[in-house]
Amino acid sequence: MSIELLFQYIAAGITYGIIYAIVAIGFNIIYNTTGIINFAQGEFLMLGSMIAISLHSVMPLFPSIVLAVIITMFIGALIELLFIRWLEGPSILRMIIITIGISILIRELALAIWGESVRALPYFTGDEVTSVSIGVVKVSPQVLWVVGICILMVLILQIFFQFTLLGRKMRACATNPMAARLCGINTKNMVTLSFMLSALIGAVAGCVVSPITYSQYNMGTGLAIKGFTVAILGGLGNSLAALGGGIVLGLLESFSVWVMPSAYKDAISIAILLIILFVRPTGLFGSKETMALKEF
Amino acid sequence: MLRIVNLESGYGRLKVLRRVSLHVNPGEIVTIIGANGAGKSTLLKTISGLVKATSGEVVFDKRDITSLATEKIVSMGCVLVPEGRQVFSTMTVKENLLLGAYLRFKKAGSRRVDKEMERVYSIFPKLKERHKQLAGTLSGGEQQMLAIARALMSDPKLIMMDEPSMGLAPVIVKEILNIIAQLRQQGKTVLLVEQNAKMALSISDRGYVLETGRIVLQGSSEELLENRDVQRAYLGRDLDSEIKL
Repeated sequence: MSIELLFQYIAAGITYGIIYAIVAIGFNIIYNTTGIINFAQGEFLMLGSMIAISLHSVMPLFPSIVLAVIITMFIGALIELLFIRWLEGPSILRMIIITIGISILIRELALAIWGESVRALPYFTGDEVTSVSIGVVKVSPQVLWVVGICILMVLILQIFFQFTLLGRKMRACATNPMAARLCGINTKNMVTLSFMLSALIGAVAGCVVSPITYSQYNMGTGLAIKGFTVAILGGLGNSLAALGGGIVLGLLESFSVWVMPSAYKDAISIAILLIILFVRPTGLFGSKETMALKEF
Repeated sequence: MLRIVNLESGYGRLKVLRRVSLHVNPGEIVTIIGANGAGKSTLLKTISGLVKATSGEVVFDKRDITSLATEKIVSMGCVLVPEGRQVFSTMTVKENLLLGAYLRFKKAGSRRVDKEMERVYSIFPKLKERHKQLAGTLSGGEQQMLAIARALMSDPKLIMMDEPSMGLAPVIVKEILNIIAQLRQQGKTVLLVEQNAKMALSISDRGYVLETGRIVLQGSSEELLENRDVQRAYLGRDLDSEIKL
């Protein structure tokens, strides 16, 4: 194998890794405020990109993305208001199963609205054949969009959760809902907010990856599994770790093509998920100390 | 300051409180003593709206708060330090305190919060030393102090404490009781729930005895400390054997 090809694999691995990471971060946000895994996270990506594609037929690219993201945010809020909020002291398992139900519901609705056809947003800059050279690697400019926007989102989120009052309030609800209420925090609103925030991130990610991965009514399922693997791999609840975990998974997938047929690529992430759950449930970057302080 | 009339509440079909009536005057320390399962914690949770009252009324600061949401009750200046050191364990000491202050000073701005934090640090110097540490890594006593400090950050009128001495070393318990007595000098009103009856009554003005969801006895702390039934049931004095001697 030539050195160019090696770097090409690395670039592809990192790109996909970052896409997975951004899905994982969506999981983390809801996990961080409620302790539940929202299995409808992949559907937020699908909704964001499909709505943007539909809007793009009547308006320019960037306004349609912004509008699609806002619409998806409201769908996220609506999901929480309709299915989660009114539950009286629900168990975590019950809420997780509800989110699985929601994901199936959204997928079927999407199938009814958009059909089975595969669509895509146009490339943000250039088209399918333009490429940018970085050293020996040639990448599509869209890859730079994906990497740039995803990393920006990770940084903004990190600052939001660490240093803003709203971010701290959301974390407080995750750690100890009763104490949060006794501090005067409206925990139910925080949960709605976390659904909106992860819908926002999912929709943005869905839009930037759409030109590369294409969009279809069921694109969410695969991405959700990868994203979940990455969230576990990095250590649930930690956004920076998700980025690391994502890149690890992306590279592994990309290099797996060397040793086995590419059809087995998806098996890699499932295998990793199982191994991590058996061997190191705190994740690669999760510390034992904070893990011990969490519920699960 | 706080007046409770015929309050009843419970969990589902289980009725825990039965027609509980009590009052707390401004500037007082009032203790509720009772055995495990008497309904002490349920009483405090019902006052702060975590458990819904099924009948009766709770009046705080001349306003009926019986059916208000917890957040609203807290914002009126009636806070609860819950049982078992409920801190935000994955957050730092400072962040815990900031969250405690959030409601009250949402509008007043950060300068007021800083001032409040200095005041709270002066009561709990240990917390200042450890302000960057994760709350979950503090010792039990420090966590309890943090929970109290966090409640104080909102500058409450009435502070309710559920078993602040639970599971702590006697030295720490003494320290916490000193702090509670200190709070009264600063004009706070305290409603205390304790199993450690002797210690609690020693710093309070009045007390109530709660038994299986009912108030069975009330009086000044001295009266309760002298009361034979209280002595036998809660202060660990066996009067029968003393008479034999």
